[in-house]
Amino acid sequence: MKKLFTVLVLLLAVTAMFFVAGCKKEEGAIKIAVVGPHTGDLASYGIPTIKAAELVVADWNANGGVLGRQIELVIEDDVCKPEVAANSAAKVVGEGVVAVIGHICSGATKSAMGIYNEANLPAISPSATNPALTQSGNYPNFFRTIAPDDAQAATDAEFIDKKLGLKTVAVLHDKQDYGKGFADFTVASLEGLGIEIVLYEGITANAVDYSAILTKIANTDAEGIVYGGYHPEASKLVQQMSQMGLDIPFISDDGVKDNTFIQVAGEYSEGVYASGPMDTSSNPMSQKATADHKSTYGEDPGAFFINGYAATIALLTAIENAGSTDGVAIMDALRSNYVDTPLGNISFDENGDAIGVGFAVYQVQNGVYVEL
Amino acid sequence: MNKVLKEIRTSALSALWMMILTFPIIVIKVNTINMTVNWRWINLMWVGTGTFILSWLWRYLLDRKENGSGLKKTDTKESRRFSLHKSLNDKKMRIPVLSTLAVLVLVLPLLVNFYQVSIMTSALIFVILGLGLNIVIGYGGLLHLGYAAFYAMGAYSYGLMYLYWGIPFWVALPLGAVSGAVFGLLIGFPVLRLRGDYLAIVTLAFGEIARLVLENLSGFTKGPEGIAQIPRPGFITKLSLQGATIYLFYICIALVLFTIFVMRRIEDSRIGRALEAMSEDDIAAQSMGIDLTKAKLTTFALGAIWAGMAGVLLAAKTTYINPGSFTLMESVMILVAVVLGGTGSIPGVILGAFLVTLIPEYFRALSDYRMLMFGVALVVMSIFRPQGIIPRVRKHYIVGEDQS
Amino acid sequence: MKYFLQLVLAGLTKGSIYALIALGYTMVYGIIKLINFAHGEIYMIGAFTALIIGGVLQITTGLPPVTILFISLAAAIFFSAGYGVTMENIAYKPLRKAPRLTALISAIGMSLVLQNYVLLAQTSDFLPFRSMIPNFSFLIPGKSLVTTTQLVIMITTVVVMIFLTILIKFTRMGKAMRATSQDKVMAQLVGIDINKVITFTFAIGSATAAIGGVLIANHMGQINFYIGFLAGIKAFVAAVLGGIGSIPGAVLGSFVLGMAESFGAGYISSAYEDAFAFVILIIILIIKPSGLMGRNEIEKV
Repeated sequence: MKKLFTVLVLLLAVTAMFFVAGCKKEEGAIKIAVVGPHTGDLASYGIPTIKAAELVVADWNANGGVLGRQIELVIEDDVCKPEVAANSAAKVVGEGVVAVIGHICSGATKSAMGIYNEANLPAISPSATNPALTQSGNYPNFFRTIAPDDAQAATDAEFIDKKLGLKTVAVLHDKQDYGKGFADFTVASLEGLGIEIVLYEGITANAVDYSAILTKIANTDAEGIVYGGYHPEASKLVQQMSQMGLDIPFISDDGVKDNTFIQVAGEYSEGVYASGPMDTSSNPMSQKATADHKSTYGEDPGAFFINGYAATIALLTAIENAGSTDGVAIMDALRSNYVDTPLGNISFDENGDAIGVGFAVYQVQNGVYVEL
Repeated sequence: MNKVLKEIRTSALSALWMMILTFPIIVIKVNTINMTVNWRWINLMWVGTGTFILSWLWRYLLDRKENGSGLKKTDTKESRRFSLHKSLNDKKMRIPVLSTLAVLVLVLPLLVNFYQVSIMTSALIFVILGLGLNIVIGYGGLLHLGYAAFYAMGAYSYGLMYLYWGIPFWVALPLGAVSGAVFGLLIGFPVLRLRGDYLAIVTLAFGEIARLVLENLSGFTKGPEGIAQIPRPGFITKLSLQGATIYLFYICIALVLFTIFVMRRIEDSRIGRALEAMSEDDIAAQSMGIDLTKAKLTTFALGAIWAGMAGVLLAAKTTYINPGSFTLMESVMILVAVVLGGTGSIPGVILGAFLVTLIPEYFRALSDYRMLMFGVALVVMSIFRPQGIIPRVRKHYIVGEDQS
Repeated sequence: MKYFLQLVLAGLTKGSIYALIALGYTMVYGIIKLINFAHGEIYMIGAFTALIIGGVLQITTGLPPVTILFISLAAAIFFSAGYGVTMENIAYKPLRKAPRLTALISAIGMSLVLQNYVLLAQTSDFLPFRSMIPNFSFLIPGKSLVTTTQLVIMITTVVVMIFLTILIKFTRMGKAMRATSQDKVMAQLVGIDINKVITFTFAIGSATAAIGGVLIANHMGQINFYIGFLAGIKAFVAAVLGGIGSIPGAVLGSFVLGMAESFGAGYISSAYEDAFAFVILIIILIIKPSGLMGRNEIEKV
């Protein structure tokens, strides 16, 4: 009985110590959080942003940091799940960060923004494209260095109308947040341009075979297929289209404008159209960022690297301009100043969308994406 | 000496076998785009030495589990290990132990930072889910693989009722429980005739259908985009983020206590015993006058009530819900919590739920290895504690005075 | 009419794919009554092994694609069977006498282990899997109906099913398997080494999964570490639909499932494709609670 009490008291003491140790705060460095999927199947979308932030911060720290203080990154994983993102957000807020770079997925971002709003922290996402994040007014602390889905959809729709001159299209999506959002906005834009949507359906991601739905499309008079989703399903679709002899243009989104798509789909990827952020490879800052990445990590940068790089520069510049680490001051500075980034000279509008960032349509030609 | 040699031989053979087996995946990395092959021979050495040591340890532990310790020894070990559990049944101990625990829990949010409170709340929500599923699996003996659908029902009833009518948390909580129960009954009716794994697969199917409907009815449920900006519960006025998180933590504690209380009442009630009889042998139970239809439906409805409540709590905690949070994997994780902790045992399920939520959270440092370690932990726990970490203690009834 | 025929063929393809995985599922279940959650992972490992061995051969030797296909298929069968047997030995054998739910948790754990093992040792990205099956020239005119890989998958399924049926019905080992499945204690009493029988069952079941893995990867053109999970679930559904434990049942169940999905997608909407499969499953099980070809178990009191 005595023993039991000792055990309980010890347990209490250990727990308390453990937790108290967790709360210790460090003065000095300015902390910035980088949150996104760093493990799991979507890790390849999140890790390039960490690398971008690390490169920028290393640069700034070498030049004396910001506001005379060094910058420290707090990296957290949210595996792109809303329920985990809420915990990751709570964790970085508890660590005393002054701003957040992230999150990567729109759903996770929405769940985390509630916490950042309360804590008055600005968050800049390099990749969350859901239009509601900026346009609904529900997320006043949200900024992004990528254009929203509706802008992307409008670019694609205009391309289908003007350049390809299609009259009827079939629209597919993967029933997920990003893909369905893109498909819905594309349908709206296409209808506005007078193009007929002959088929609009969701497909099951990760399915083993898509011949039924492709047969269905072949039996309509669709002149092209628009697909909202990511590259794994897109490469299965184009492969099966080619094997079935369904030879019509395939137009897709930023989730497909990825070199992995070309590698996986191989010969079948030839001629596929996909929209993506405007090409920045001629921008000297972008060239420097890519070169830095290559020399530091020994490989080419991954998805959203340039957007993450731009987000970090914009954030640090805003802190410098604001002259303080107060959330409201930083947000004002983000909105009122233009800053040079690898994406060009950008600023943020009232809603948090970047001004000067847009989309372009690319086509796979001889195994590489070429801007049209 | 001979025995040692034999052991070395067995270990060496297992190591060799594992080296052959893992060879293609561990050693070769082929890139068919650049046409390069990368031979990582060093990995083979790790597999070899690792298997050599681990297989030895494995056989030693298995051996000890099977016959190393006799019946008597295990008995004392069991009783030592579960002294906490036992002491709770001892009247003198109950009050000090429980009050220490209560103080610990009540002051926890004041001691620790906001993130710890947040993940503790997640763990508590999982405890409620685990206890709810425990009614279906532990008491009713029905394998249920679609439990996440009930959870989704709760979360979406709060989300949708807030979206369309602005209904607050405290109204949504009981309504979430009710909608869970109704859904439980709806699923319960068609599956009355099924048993065993056929029942499991049909519950799985219902779970997936529920998720697909949430995904596809995007006009009504907002589809994969999800429902955002669901409010946290307010206490008289709107609370700050920290305040709301701590408040939600206390609500979860209160609900967990309420759940435990109800579970204990169910265990001792007519329904509880009917369920137990049904899980042991449904035909015998039926011939003793237990209405199986009623018992099965009660099981589903009772189980679903808690999932509904947990769903409302989840929606209030994350403020954002989408169908992606209620996949088959979620159902499987709740099942893991129940079976790992000890099917039918209330303290066991609570511990299991904490382990399943907190291990991946605290093992973040392991990053890529954490899911691998979690899988290994599941296998190891199943083999060495097949009845669960804290197995169920059955009630004993002693007849006659001479035995007492 | 052509559209209908196209949908039938699409359904048959899908059904054959499910069947190749479901056969192993149903065999293992039949013998130790275990829902082997990790069976999908064995299929994934088969596909990976074929990709790796095939890739090495393609880069280092100049063998023709068909030869490479057969060598990598043989390697996939060998290694998958090895993984299946080893997995049974480590994770399931110590649990023969434990509650069935515990064995299920062990299987779930094994599934996570194998997924993450491949993720860590190889990659989380999708890898291209170039089809090694040459195009049959006589099929080119009808390629909107059926492609070469589809035809190969369908034929293989039927061949594997016939092979397994003969194995179980007419060989000594098959007899031992049936005896073990009915009553383990009794089987031991009549001199059957049930450990040997169970090991053999896992080896055969995993080998079929490997054949499935290679052919399906050829059909889909890509693989990653996660493909086994969903395919495994679908195959499990198909096996239960047909009456779990029955070989022809698994194939029939898979075809019904494939057809339901194909017709659902073709005539109604592909958004609900999976839902149709599950609704069919529920309806069939409500009418026939032990599956299409499952034995009706008579309860003895």
